[in-house]
Amino acid sequence: MPTLFFYAFAVLALISSILVIVKKDPVASSLSLILVFFAFAGIYALLEAHLVAALQILVYAGAVMVLFVFVIMLLHDPRKLSEKNAIGAWVAVPVVFLFFTQLVMVFRDSPVSSFEGGFSPEQIEVWGGNTEVIAETMFSKYLFPFELISVLLLAAMVGAIALSKRHSQRSWNS
Amino acid sequence: MIVESWILLSFCALIFCVGLLGVLLRRNLLVILMSIELMLNAINLTFVSFSYQLQDIHGQVCVFFVIALAASESAVGLALVIAWFRTMKTTDTYAMQYLRESP
Repeated sequence: MPTLFFYAFAVLALISSILVIVKKDPVASSLSLILVFFAFAGIYALLEAHLVAALQILVYAGAVMVLFVFVIMLLHDPRKLSEKNAIGAWVAVPVVFLFFTQLVMVFRDSPVSSFEGGFSPEQIEVWGGNTEVIAETMFSKYLFPFELISVLLLAAMVGAIALSKRHSQRSWNS
Repeated sequence: MIVESWILLSFCALIFCVGLLGVLLRRNLLVILMSIELMLNAINLTFVSFSYQLQDIHGQVCVFFVIALAASESAVGLALVIAWFRTMKTTDTYAMQYLRESP
């Protein structure tokens, strides 16, 4: 049964992600992207990553997509954009396809590692569940990267405000 | 194991390649940013599937960091798109020709 659910989510994610890149209208692309995010959240839940599934819905489908839709609404480009590109599809598609087949061959032929990290689902259940184990790990072993990522978020916030602020004429002259 | 691990990893690679094609082929800046989000999501799924396969929680911690990174990336990227739109009135990448010699 989980296998069936995985294939359903995978097909949904694949179709919607192809729609993201072929739709001419950015609004249609962004709505397809929301579907991709929900399908990915379903796959995360199937893979026992419950916190990541919740974060996917909250951060991606909630915050990032709202940002995207706001910017699309803000920028109305009345001109029909031509999609003729310097890199034609007849070059890009074969190269990317070659890359993909290479990856699949590597994944299929490499032996499955017998490494066991000691975090089996039963053991995680004993320790208090997925969220608690991730929190324990993050605030002990990954404390410094956690602080760094908060500085990064602050820098991104300041940068986004500074970039999108409308400069007055006076500030350019001074 | 719900599916064999190579099928799971190949699915991640497939979504990554779709995002890569979007970055290579599209000219709309917003769609390019969305394709980058697709690629980052594929990487997240790779982390989670390795975490599931190797029974190790550290992959999921890495996903947390990638999500924070992707959020700040899209915030700054969209601010840049707004700043660009304000000067050029378009989101077409082919309008970026300020440094080009006039023919």
